[in-house]
Amino acid sequence: MNKIAAIALNTFRESIRDRIFYSLLFFAVILLAFSMVLGNLTLAEPVKIIKDFGLGSISIVGTLIAIFVGIGMVYKEMEKKTIYVILSKPIARWQFLIGKYCGLSLTIIVEVVVMTILLFIICYQYVPEIPLSLFYAIIPIYFEIQLILAVAFLFSTFSTSFLSGMFTLSIFIIGHLTKDLKMLAQNGEDVVFQKFANGLYYVFPNLENLNFKARVVHNIGIPFPELFFSLLYAALYTAVILMLAIFIFEKRDIR
Amino acid sequence: MINNIAVNITSLSKIYKTGWGKKYKIINNLSLDIKENEIFGYLGANGAGKTTTFKLILGLIHADQGEVTFWGKSAFDFKNRSILGYLPENPYFYSYLTAGESLDFYASLFDMNTKTKNKRIKELLSLVGLEHVKDLQLRKFSRGMLQRVGIAQALINDPKLLILDEPMSGLDPMGRKNMKDIILKCRQEGKTIMFSSHIISDVEMVCDRASILAKGELKRIIDIEEILDSEENLWEIICQTKHFDIPTMPDNEGIIHDVQKTVNGNRTILTTFSKEMAYLLMDEVKKQNLNLISFGPRRKNLEEIYIKSTGQADQKGQKEGAR
Repeated sequence: MNKIAAIALNTFRESIRDRIFYSLLFFAVILLAFSMVLGNLTLAEPVKIIKDFGLGSISIVGTLIAIFVGIGMVYKEMEKKTIYVILSKPIARWQFLIGKYCGLSLTIIVEVVVMTILLFIICYQYVPEIPLSLFYAIIPIYFEIQLILAVAFLFSTFSTSFLSGMFTLSIFIIGHLTKDLKMLAQNGEDVVFQKFANGLYYVFPNLENLNFKARVVHNIGIPFPELFFSLLYAALYTAVILMLAIFIFEKRDIR
Repeated sequence: MINNIAVNITSLSKIYKTGWGKKYKIINNLSLDIKENEIFGYLGANGAGKTTTFKLILGLIHADQGEVTFWGKSAFDFKNRSILGYLPENPYFYSYLTAGESLDFYASLFDMNTKTKNKRIKELLSLVGLEHVKDLQLRKFSRGMLQRVGIAQALINDPKLLILDEPMSGLDPMGRKNMKDIILKCRQEGKTIMFSSHIISDVEMVCDRASILAKGELKRIIDIEEILDSEENLWEIICQTKHFDIPTMPDNEGIIHDVQKTVNGNRTILTTFSKEMAYLLMDEVKKQNLNLISFGPRRKNLEEIYIKSTGQADQKGQKEGAR
């Protein structure tokens, strides 16, 4: 456990000393500030626009951090050969991988927490109460980012950073479209398209399961079991992807 | 010296596959024993398979065949690496960490309490002479300084076995001397050291035994002391003349020995493996009243054995290639 913690802390230190992290965090702050401008321009309730735009920003920036930092995490270790010294110590490959993943998760927690606090402060300016209901959207967003991070990790164990980035981004996009595609296919009569859409739906993660943003912004109630099972789905999917990453990484020759 | 076996390598083989289904045997049926508390040199040209052997021992790459044990325990079980220290060739570290942070990080990968860890880091920074720059990020370190961080991290767990991949490459003369001193000090402390090099003099100077690897195959294991005590010495006579007629002279037992003659400018160099022949040649020098520059035995050194062993491997490779 100590070894995993050591790798995790070092990974966390690496990512918070990385310029990409700060650039993306700065981008997030700009986005949140822009949500205030949008809020003031609208005729409807500005706080709804701010919440909607703010939650979207947390999701996008978190996903970008997961992709940009996640894809290089294992590949970069091999390319820069820093992995040789680590794996010559009495540490299992799975411990190394889980440590790396935990370190990045910690980085993403920091990003989500910083952005959430900022969003709360902005919302408080308009309605002087702490919008705790936003957590119903923010927690699933965090789980979604964790899943995307696991996907980036999986590709990083056997592919270059560029390809991993492309693959992960594709899965993020497909993951948000499979549900709509499946519905579209069911309404049509094309059997091949139906099978294709079904295939996509069951193979790729359904990320729309974790999208509660609209319902939270418009104060539509979310049943607890629905939220719970969505989070469980994401956690299990993440665990399976990580296990697959470990399986591939264990077999790999580190030349 | 206790002659227990520290590292046992049995029938180790590794095949790399190239893009078009072709297979390349990078390590071929390697078997080797390294005794406890010895300094073992692993000699070979670039691409001979030295680093690959180390990676196989460390489990960085998986062997296609064979076993490696440390004191009887499988090297492929990561837990058994707790007694090991490894310095890779051109060591790479996290450039955003300072020297102190790096050692702290590597120490935390062992079951070591904070007090022992801090004490060990302090001792090692002092041993490698990096105390004054311990708070400097590694990105600002020179090649030699990184090598020193490398040896410090390899020693962080006070290992029983040290595996050093080209520890002296890229170091200045002072750095090489320091590295040799550290290796010898480690042996005094009871550690077993295996290090690779293609610089023969380094191996000859510090090793007890050395092996020669060529094209992934073990060619020879040499006991360095045996070379120094070897009877098979080369005798060399250098005299100042351009013309020296070598008479066909049998020695006392009637055997005619080979004499090699090399004329270099105004000097003639005569070499022979026979002591009797050397003395007979000396008599001839006196008879011909030549000006003698030097006369004496030139011991066969590791370099000659190395060149002979790797040369044979090259010839074999060329023959196989021609088939």
